[in-house]
Formats: sequence, structure tokens, C-alpha cells
Amino acid sequence: MKALVWHGTKDIRCDEVPDPQIEQPRDAIIKVTSCAICGSDLHLYDHFMPGMQNGDILGHESMGEVVEVGPEAKHALKVGDRVVIPFTIICGQCEQCKRGNFSVCERTNRNKDIAAKAFGHTTAGLFGYTHLTGGYAGGQAEYLRVPYADATHIKVPKTLTDEQLLFLSDIFPTGWQAAVQCDIQPDDTVAIWGAGPVGQMAIRSAILLGAKQVICIDRVPERLDMARAGGAITINFETESVIERLNELTRGRGPEKCIDCVGLEAHATATLDAMYDRAKQAVALETDRPHVLREMIYVCRPGGVLSIPGVYGGLLDKIPFGASMNKGLTWRMGQTHVNRWTGDLLRLIEEGKIDPSFVITHTVGLEQGPDMYKVFRDKQDGCIKVVIKP
Amino acid sequence: MRFETERTRRRGHPDSATDALARGLGWFSIGLGLTELFGARSLTRALGMEGQETLVRAYGVREIATGIGILASEDPTPWIWGRVAGDALDLATLATQLKGGNRERENIGIAIGAVAGVTALDILCAQTLSQESATPLAPSRDYSDRSGLPRSPDAMRGAALGSVHIPDDYKTPESLRPYPLH
Ligand SMILES: NC(=O)c1ccc[n+]([C@@H]2O[C@H](COP(=O)([O-])OP(=O)(O)OC[C@H]3O[C@@H](n4cnc5c(N)ncnc54)[C@H](O)[C@@H]3O)[C@@H](O)[C@H]2O)c1
Ligand SMILES: [Zn+2]
Ligand SMILES: [Zn+2]
Repeated sequence: MKALVWHGTKDIRCDEVPDPQIEQPRDAIIKVTSCAICGSDLHLYDHFMPGMQNGDILGHESMGEVVEVGPEAKHALKVGDRVVIPFTIICGQCEQCKRGNFSVCERTNRNKDIAAKAFGHTTAGLFGYTHLTGGYAGGQAEYLRVPYADATHIKVPKTLTDEQLLFLSDIFPTGWQAAVQCDIQPDDTVAIWGAGPVGQMAIRSAILLGAKQVICIDRVPERLDMARAGGAITINFETESVIERLNELTRGRGPEKCIDCVGLEAHATATLDAMYDRAKQAVALETDRPHVLREMIYVCRPGGVLSIPGVYGGLLDKIPFGASMNKGLTWRMGQTHVNRWTGDLLRLIEEGKIDPSFVITHTVGLEQGPDMYKVFRDKQDGCIKVVIKP
Repeated sequence: MRFETERTRRRGHPDSATDALARGLGWFSIGLGLTELFGARSLTRALGMEGQETLVRAYGVREIATGIGILASEDPTPWIWGRVAGDALDLATLATQLKGGNRERENIGIAIGAVAGVTALDILCAQTLSQESATPLAPSRDYSDRSGLPRSPDAMRGAALGSVHIPDDYKTPESLRPYPLH
């Protein structure tokens, strides 16, 4: 089959690879009908996340049709079922899964030891995402092997389109969890850094959850347009002072809730801390660029919440932790517990309260995949979300 | 502030780097001009060009005028191109000294090298500015209707409440909430 394969920094190719096979009794194979490129994939493309190997198949936002089912997954799935595959692989039986903490499932990471070395304890296995999280083949491919398939799937009705459903795999629940983590109250101002796909979903989620004022910060004009369409007030961090504007919009108090939808590759205009991060990252003294985190800690209203869906990989420098401690901020973060939310979110889509396909700007075949990584990364051609049809 | 266009890498973004470069070149012009104007004698001595003080002072006035033009104008582009032309003149003048019996040939060589370096910066700056625009371009695609919501965001505010389940571990207990609710 064809698949998008990682060969090194900024080197992704559409290769011919062996078809996946059932390996474990709980596996299933799906024929991928749609998949997407995620901002998290860009961290792999740019190679800021450690643990990738030449030959890894990418992709963790996929859906399709079940074509083969292992004997122990048959109670939950049958050939022909239409499923969206969450990016976190879950066993459904461990203590964490039972609590709904799916992204820290204790069983699905087959490289538990490496993960435990890096993080102290293992987290869940993820599709197409580094050997720290199991090194499982991803779904930017014609076929995908789904481990623990009897738990790792979301059944979806045939009445809705792929485009409406695909983002249940990741960005919709991710934006949603980011907003839910804020425990939004009717008077709240929610400030969201990043108007990428995750930021866009977080904006809509915050509105649907009743935030009084939603503010979004980015610098890409068409992304800011889309943010405004969803109900956000926007700040362009290249032409305005983020801190000043946020304080202005909150009568000097600062936003009660702050969401980081940017992660470890934050850009900053010629500020001192940005140059410091770039220099340290270049000589590997720091792995991540936490400019957004610093801004959130600084501007957040005391007693407020920082919600961090943006991905970080390793060590962060110069975090104003004193400010955070003294202001009594609550931090909530994590990879998304996708299946915890998808029941409700599928219903919102079915009821017509939201149509997540609004974010799609490019649809291409697998062969154009490698080019689209570049277009998406460089935000060329108005690119916000790429859907691939294998 | 200048903004990038289709012809540069990041369409629609402000380009503060080139802006800063242009201003830097403006200040450099003024500094060099003052040196030429008031230090003409020592310059000509170092370059083996005694007797040409008036020419050097005239070049100094040109530099200062260009520098002020760059710093004071809304759009520095024509002034930076002016610098490029001035550089050509400087280079031509210096080149004439390479021939004949100038005793400071070595210094002339160094001066040519220095002017050539600045010329490269000037050309880079002028070319970049020429490809940019004074106002931000409208986004290449119009997403202002991409709300994803069936009604206006205002009408949809809170629309999910009541029909979705917020788990207890995502709710702050009432007694721990930092802000009063009305
Ligand atoms: N927690 C999870 O489970 C989960 C799931 C999906 C994605 N993510 C992460 O969410 C983040 C965003 O994903 P995406 O798909 O939207 O990516 P994206 O790269 O398309 O979006 C990031 C946006 O941030 C903007 N940005 C950069 N620096 C900024 C700054 N200083 N201030 C404000 N905005 C800035 C960029 O211009 C860009 O529009 C990534 O880190 C991704 O890895 C996390
Ligand atoms: Zn993702
Ligand atoms: Zn589990």
C-alpha cells in the first residue's frame, strides 16, 4: 500500500510499504477513507519531538471502514463498520481507562520502558507518533492496523460525511477538552493562543460552553479571519502588544482562562526571551520554546486557569513559576482523552450545533501529502487544515 | 512598517527585520556623511587623494541627505535605491585611484571592499522593500464566513450546555471558585 513515511527532518515521502496485518487478537484493519495532517505532525516534520525513526509511517487522525477483525475484537466490531480512530490507543480495561484518563492508558504503549525513562511513568500508545509512545504505524496510509481495536474506535453513522466526522479523531475533542479544562463560567474571558485547527476548535468549544468573551491570538491573517468568524476577538501578535490588548479587553484584570493551542514551536517577535530560546534550542540546551506559556502565566488573572493542549516534549527554560505560584493559577494539560468526549461531540454534530468541516482548506491525495506538509507548515496558500483521501 | 507580499516568503506579515535594516542603513549614511564632511582632510590623506577634499565633502552631503530621507520618509524604498546609486559612484571614484601612481593603493583596496559589502546590504534591502507593500494585503483566501456554527456565535453562546456532560473531575467545586458569580 501507499503511506506517508518519515525519513528524517523535513523529509517525508509517499512510499510503497507492506500492507498491515492482524498481529494481535484484539487488532482490526481499516481501509482509510480520510485522514488529516495535524499540527502535532509538524513537530515531527521539524523534528523537535525526539524518538522518531527512519521508516515510521505518520498520521493519527484517520477514519475509514473496517475490513478485517481479530478474534478478540469481534464482540465490538464487524467488517463494514464505519469508524473514526482516536489518536490515543486505549485498552479500555486498565485503571486509567476506567477513569476516562485514556491518554495515559497503562497498557497500550509497547515501549513502556522508554516512556517511563523519559516521563517517569508510561503514557498511552499513539498512532504515528514517536517510539516514546509505542512507535505504532500511523494512518496517513491506505490501510491502518488498529491495536486494541475493540476499544480504540468511535463508531459513526453513515448519514454524515467524512469531513464532518474525521476531526472526532483528535482536534475537535482536543479543542473541546481544552475549553472544558477551563471550567468556563458565564462571566469568563477565555484567551486562546494559536488560531490553527486546535485553536479554531477551542474557540467554538468555548462559545458553545458559554464563555462571555473569547479572544484569539495569532499572526496569520486568514487564520485570524476564521477565528473572528467563530466569535473571537483577535489580536495579531506581530502588530499589537498581546499583554496590553488582553488587559485592555478585560478592564485590566487579565483573562480568567488561558489556553495554549501553540505548543513547543511558538514564534515570537524580536523579544529577548525568543532569541534566548532559539539560541538554546539550537545548541540543544533546551528542547522547547515556551514563549506562549510565559505570556499566559504573566497575563492570566490571579486564581485563573491555564489549559495546555499545545504539545511540549522536554525541557523548558525561564518559566516564571513564581508568578504562577503566587497568583494561584491552576494548570490543566495533557494529550486528549478522546473517547471521553466523542459521544457528546458526535451528538453535537448530529444535532447540527457545529460542523467541524469548516476548518478544512485543502483536500489532496496521498501523493501530494509530502508537499502539503510544507504548505501547512509554512501557512502558504491560506492553508489551515489538510485532509488526505488515500 | 512594510508588509510582505506574494513575492516574499510570508505573505501578509509585517517585515520588521527589513524595516530595521533600512533604518540602520539610514543612520549609517548619516554617520559616514558626517565623517566625509568634517574629516575630509584625514580621509583624503589615508586614501592618497589629497586635493579632492571638496569632492569628498560633496559625497558627505549626499550621504547625509540620503540618510535623512531614509529615516524621515514614509517609504524608504527610493532612498535606499538612492544609496545603491551612491555606492556605485563611490566605487567608481575609488576605482579610478587604483590606476596611476596612488601611493595608498592598499587602503583604496580596503575601502573598495568595505563599500562593496555595504552595497550588497543596500541592494538586498532595496530589493526586499520593492517587493513589499506599505499596507497589509488582504488574506489570500477569505474565511470570514467559516464559522462552523449554524447561527451567529452570539446566538450559539452556551448552546452546548445542558446537552453535554461535564465530568466532575473537570468542575471546580463552588466553594473553591475564585470569582463571584452573578
Ligand atoms: N493535546 C493534544 O492532545 C493535542 C492534539 C492535537 C494537537 N495538539 C497540539 O496543539 C498545537 C496546535 O495544533 P494545530 O494543529 O492547531 O497546529 P498549527 O501549527 O496549525 O497552529 C499553531 C498556530 O500557533 C500560531 N502561533 C505561533 N506562535 C504563536 C504565538 N507566540 N502566539 C500566538 N500564536 C502563535 C501559529 O501561527 C499557528 O497558527 C500543537 O502543539 C499540537 O501538537 C495537541
Ligand atoms: Zn493531532
Ligand atoms: Zn488502558
